[in-house]
Amino acid sequence: MTDTTLPYSAHGDPHHLRGLVDDALGHEGPAPKRIVTGYGFWLFLLSDIVMFSCFFASYAVLLGQTAGGPSGAQLFDLRNVAAETALLLLSSFTCGLASISVDLRNARWYQAAMAATCVLGLGFLALEFREFSDLVARGAGPTRSAFLSAFFTLVGCHGLHVSVGILWLLTMMAQVYAKGFRADIRRRLLCFALFWHALDIIWVAIFSVVYLVGSAV
Amino acid sequence: MLGKLSWAAIPFGQPIPLLAGAVVLVAILAVLAWVVIKGHLPYLWHEWITSVDHKRIGVMYVLLAMVMLLRGGSDAIMMRAQQAIAFQSQGYLPPEHYNQIFSAHGTIMIFFVGMPFVIGLMNLVVPLQLGVLDVAFPTLNSVGFWLTATGALLVNISLVVGEFARTGWLAFPPLSELVYSPGVGVDYYAWSLEISGVGTLVAGINLVTTVLKLRTRGMTMLRMPMFCWTTLASNLLIIAAFPILTATLTMLLLDRYLGFHFFTNEAGGNVMMFMNLIWAWGHPEVYILVLPAFGIFSEVVSTFSGKALFGYRSMVLATMAICVISFMVWLHHFFTMGAGPNVNAVFGIASMIIAVPTGVKIYNWLFTMYGGRVRFATPMMWAVGFMVTFILGGLTGVLVAVPPADFLLHNSLFLVAHFHNVIIGGVLFGAFAGYTYWFPKAFGFRLHEGLGKAAFWFTFAGFYVTFIPLYAAGMLGMTRRMQHYDVAEWRPWMIVAAIGMVVMIVGVIFQVLQLAVSIRRRAELRDATGDPWDGRSLEWATSSPPPVFNFAVLPNVTGEDAYWTIKSKAKQESLELREPDYRDIEMPRNSPTGFVCAFFASVMGFALIWHIWWMVILGLVGAFATFVVFAWRDHEEYVIPAHEVARVDRANRAERRAAMNFAGNPT
Repeated sequence: MTDTTLPYSAHGDPHHLRGLVDDALGHEGPAPKRIVTGYGFWLFLLSDIVMFSCFFASYAVLLGQTAGGPSGAQLFDLRNVAAETALLLLSSFTCGLASISVDLRNARWYQAAMAATCVLGLGFLALEFREFSDLVARGAGPTRSAFLSAFFTLVGCHGLHVSVGILWLLTMMAQVYAKGFRADIRRRLLCFALFWHALDIIWVAIFSVVYLVGSAV
Repeated sequence: MLGKLSWAAIPFGQPIPLLAGAVVLVAILAVLAWVVIKGHLPYLWHEWITSVDHKRIGVMYVLLAMVMLLRGGSDAIMMRAQQAIAFQSQGYLPPEHYNQIFSAHGTIMIFFVGMPFVIGLMNLVVPLQLGVLDVAFPTLNSVGFWLTATGALLVNISLVVGEFARTGWLAFPPLSELVYSPGVGVDYYAWSLEISGVGTLVAGINLVTTVLKLRTRGMTMLRMPMFCWTTLASNLLIIAAFPILTATLTMLLLDRYLGFHFFTNEAGGNVMMFMNLIWAWGHPEVYILVLPAFGIFSEVVSTFSGKALFGYRSMVLATMAICVISFMVWLHHFFTMGAGPNVNAVFGIASMIIAVPTGVKIYNWLFTMYGGRVRFATPMMWAVGFMVTFILGGLTGVLVAVPPADFLLHNSLFLVAHFHNVIIGGVLFGAFAGYTYWFPKAFGFRLHEGLGKAAFWFTFAGFYVTFIPLYAAGMLGMTRRMQHYDVAEWRPWMIVAAIGMVVMIVGVIFQVLQLAVSIRRRAELRDATGDPWDGRSLEWATSSPPPVFNFAVLPNVTGEDAYWTIKSKAKQESLELREPDYRDIEMPRNSPTGFVCAFFASVMGFALIWHIWWMVILGLVGAFATFVVFAWRDHEEYVIPAHEVARVDRANRAERRAAMNFAGNPT
């Protein structure tokens, strides 16, 4: 099975769909499987971003609703957030390295880059966990006010995504170890990379909207 | 050990749910016993439950919808009976039970009848219309179906174990918050929708990818049948809207389970944020349901008028316009919120604007019929019935889109009559039209015409007798969801509505009879031609039922014309004596992944509802294990060798040729 394989076709091109000259208005027929998978995963990511946008909207609505409790300016430690950002952006870089090693079919570099991504991701989660437990210890848990409910839900949802991503990452490391760079596994790696980078994009929005805007209020 | 679950959860004191539950349980056990004793279990497992064939999954979706239609319909009968009786009395349903019934009725009809019915038809038909072998992600397709079934299962379990929400079908806070709804009803509601919502999202991603990325050669966007266009629009809406539902219900659940303050009265929660979020999903949802129905009517009207669809491009444009505008009208569900005249004016005008593309569609269907040779087969009856009914429902919709009028009619039975007018007249009539239209394609025999027409006339007449009185009662000031009332002038209308309900029940009986009689007489109703209606799109170019691979050779679409020529040419190719060059075909292998996922989702959902935390963890671990096992498969596909393809296709060709010659119709 190669990248140019059509969906569900045996010998690459059973219906002679590829390489035929098309008229200008023509349509070449079903797209290759890699395109189909990537496209579907993009759609999933878009839906995920819609979900996040609801949490962003609720955060924006509830930002001032501190119910007499602490506000963002009193709670947020921007140095910690900067460290989290650095870890996550670096992990995106190592994730990019892993994608390149997949293209080069270099298993050793792939495993190293994925392991680095995993460690950086875990570091991010550790910092986030510390921040959350610190807030709860100071009596600023999610049940304190609507503002804190929205904060914990939005940032926690991102953290949950990172955790699931790490579980996925470990599964992909094991899969490549056991089965090598098979075409279907490469498609999954493509999806994983898209997912991991999308988490970065969402983090950038969290950094700006939640922490920067939040600590100004 | 079992969280909040105890024997007290089973309503021994309430005969109605207990009896209904017992009947359902006995029916399920009887069916299961029959399946096991007759030895059908392996067949069911291999051919249906683990099937990833889009046609099979489509049929299962529709079957689920029809079973749940009976459940939701029973709720409706009980409500109409209650309101006919409960004048200056308590009727026969106590308030806490009545409230569960109207909540369950709405939830079931939208999520477990409307959604699976249209998704099932799209699943069955769209890959055939596009001329391809399957959908983009066949295994995910199965996962999506089984997760929807999980949601339906949880709603039905609530009938006998615990209770269902008493909050109405959208569970508005603060009523749905823990303080006012301490029971498990809202949890049943929210978790079943969270789980089935994931299933719907999966179906949406799958169908959009299928339409945009898997079309046969030469099938450009503007050569697609109208149903594919409406499928695209509807599933784009699913992708954009269902995550909103997921997020909103998650916030509500966080409030209920962990004491968050999104929608509570205290600590800064904002109830109107829930209304905005839920309707930002809810209004597109209306179009998610009705757009596929518009597609079905487009197919049916042009087929039975023997003409190409009038104004195809304007139809495409109208569909996509509705797709976009449907996201800009959500506030008309709560003009009374107090957002002020400017906001209300904007949303009121947007709501009137969205009626324009719908009007374009109605004219297109009328002009398609104009000058055509119209055949009034059952699907066409539903289509014409729809046009009449939907115009009325649309007009009352435009009426309540005027904010001042809405302030008077808000939350009244007028509104109830309006949305039943569009949902029954639009979605349900469309679903029935599609069901009778594509049934021969799915099973190879037609449904009985006479009984189908009887079902149509009773449903059609029953609908008017039931819902026109509700408009009147609403005008007289009767609000919705009343368990009893004391106003004498409402009473006659409630009695007429109950009589209408009886007429609709007769329609349902004819519908069931039609299916039963048609199955018994399937030999004489057999359609060997694969094209019983002289249809106009590619699904009619293959045999009925289609082979597992749909097309032995993918059709090659070359024409500039509407899809009529496309079909004629593809059909001719598939019938002519010169055989194509048969090749091996790779098909996705069956997989129990969907079923196993749904099993763990059911366990987890039930455990979450009853706070049985160890079982939640069990469900999560099981789901992850399923994911890994599925990912570890080495053979996703199996090959149907060329000689097998040839054997199947030759037999189909011979049968169809014979049938066509017999009918005196060589093409």
